[in-house]
Amino acid sequence: MGTRLLGIVALLAVVGASVNALFLVPADVYQGDAQRIMYVHVPSAWLAYLSFGVTALAGIGYLWRRDLRLDAVAVAGAEIGVMFTAFAIWGGMMWGRPVWGVYWQWEDPRLTTTALLLALYLGYLLFRRLTDDPHRRAARAAVVGIVAAVDIPIVHFSVEWWRGLHQGPTIGSPDKVLHPSAPGLFVLALVSMVLAFTLAWAWLMIRRYQLARIEWQIEEHGRLGRLSAARRAARKAAIPPPDGAPEGA
Amino acid sequence: MNALRADAAVALQIARKDALSELRGRQIAGSTLFFATLVLLLFGFALGPDARRLADAAPGLLWLAIVFGSLLTVARLHQLEAEDGALEELARYPVERHAIYIGKLLAGLAAVLVLGGVLLPVVAILYGIDLAAAWPALVATLLLGSIGLAAVGTFYAGVTVRMQAREVMLPLLMLPVVAPLLLATVRATSSALAGNRLGDLAAWLQLLLVFDVVMVVAGAATYGQLLEE
Repeated sequence: MGTRLLGIVALLAVVGASVNALFLVPADVYQGDAQRIMYVHVPSAWLAYLSFGVTALAGIGYLWRRDLRLDAVAVAGAEIGVMFTAFAIWGGMMWGRPVWGVYWQWEDPRLTTTALLLALYLGYLLFRRLTDDPHRRAARAAVVGIVAAVDIPIVHFSVEWWRGLHQGPTIGSPDKVLHPSAPGLFVLALVSMVLAFTLAWAWLMIRRYQLARIEWQIEEHGRLGRLSAARRAARKAAIPPPDGAPEGA
Repeated sequence: MNALRADAAVALQIARKDALSELRGRQIAGSTLFFATLVLLLFGFALGPDARRLADAAPGLLWLAIVFGSLLTVARLHQLEAEDGALEELARYPVERHAIYIGKLLAGLAAVLVLGGVLLPVVAILYGIDLAAAWPALVATLLLGSIGLAAVGTFYAGVTVRMQAREVMLPLLMLPVVAPLLLATVRATSSALAGNRLGDLAAWLQLLLVFDVVMVVAGAATYGQLLEE
C-alpha cells in the first residue's frame, strides 16, 4: 500500500515538475527551448550514478552477508541505472544537435564517459542473464559490479584528460547552463525535477526489487519441481511395473 | 613479512607452472601472435594505402591489436585450468586467494609482454615508424599497459571461465573496463613517438600506473569469490 502511495506521489510530482519546467519557466536566452532538455537530462544522469552506486554497495553487502535480497537490490540498481543512462545519453544527443550542431561530440568527456558506463552495465546485465545458480550469480555479479564501479572514476579522468591535455575545451560544458548566475526560476525548476525524478526512482527500485524476489521464487519453484520430477522418475525406474512379467522368467 | 614472502612464492610457482605448460604445449603463443599480426595487417587494408594515415593511426592500431590478443591469452590461460578440473584443485590449496590471482596475473603479464614485444617491431615495419629514438618511453608504456591488461583480463577470465558463453562474455565485460587503459596507452605511445613534444607523456604514464594499482588491488581482493563454488 505504501509503495502504491509512493508511486502516486511520484507520478504527480513528475507531472507537476515537468509541466513547470517545460511550459511555465521561460526559455533560455541563448539556447531557447533546447535548454529545457536539461531538466530531464540532469536528473537522469544523477539517478544513473546513484543506481550504480547502489548496485556496488549491494554487491559488497551480498559478499558480506550472503543474503539474496541484497542481490535483488543490486539487479534493481543495475537495470534502472542502465535505463537512466540511456535516457541521459539520448537527452544529451537531442541537446547536442541544436546547440553543438552534432549528435555526438567526442570531445565532451561526459558523453563519452556515459557511453562507456552504458556498455559496462549492459555487460553486467547480460552476464547475470547467462548465469543460472542464484548464489553463484549473485557472488559473480557482485564482484563484476564492484570492479565496474571502481572503473568509473578512472574512465572519467582519462576521458577528461584526453580532451584537456590535447587541446583546450572548445565547447561550453552543460554546467554553464546551471551557472549560479542563472535566474532562480531555472534552478528551482531543475531542483524540483531532480526531486520528482528521485521519488520516481525510489518507486521503481522498490518495484524492481519485489519483481526480482518473485523471479527468484519462480526459479526456486522450477528447480524444486524438476527435482521432484526426477525423484518420481527414479522411483518408477527402481520398482518394476507390477503387471509386467518378471524378468528372465 | 613472512606471509608476504610465502604469497610471493605461491604466486611465482603458479606463474612458473603456466609458463612451463606453455613452453611444453605451445597452446597460446602461436595462435595469439598470428591473430594479432593478422589484425594489424587487416587494419592496413582498412585504412591504407596512404602511408601518412597509417603512421598517424599506428599507436591506436598497435594497442587495439594488443588488447584483442590479450583477450585470447587470458581466456586460454584460464581455459587450461578449467579443463580436467585443475581449477577446483587450485581452489582447494591452503594458500591465500590473492596469491593465486597474482600468480595467474604474472603468467598473463608475461604472455602480454611477449605479444607487445613482437607487435612493436611488426607495427614499425608495416606502418613505417621509427621506434629507435623513443624506446625507453615505449617500453615503460608497454610494461604499464600490459600489467593493466593482465590484471583486468585475469579477473574477468576468472569470472567467465565456468560459463557456457565465455567466448562472448569475456570481451563484453572486459573491453569497456579497459577503455581508459587503451586511451592512456595510445596517447602515451603517440606522445613517445612524437618525442614528447606536448610534455604529456608523464601524465599518461601516471594514469596507467593508477589504473594498474586500482585493478590489481580490486582483482586481488575479489578473485577469491570466483574460486568459491
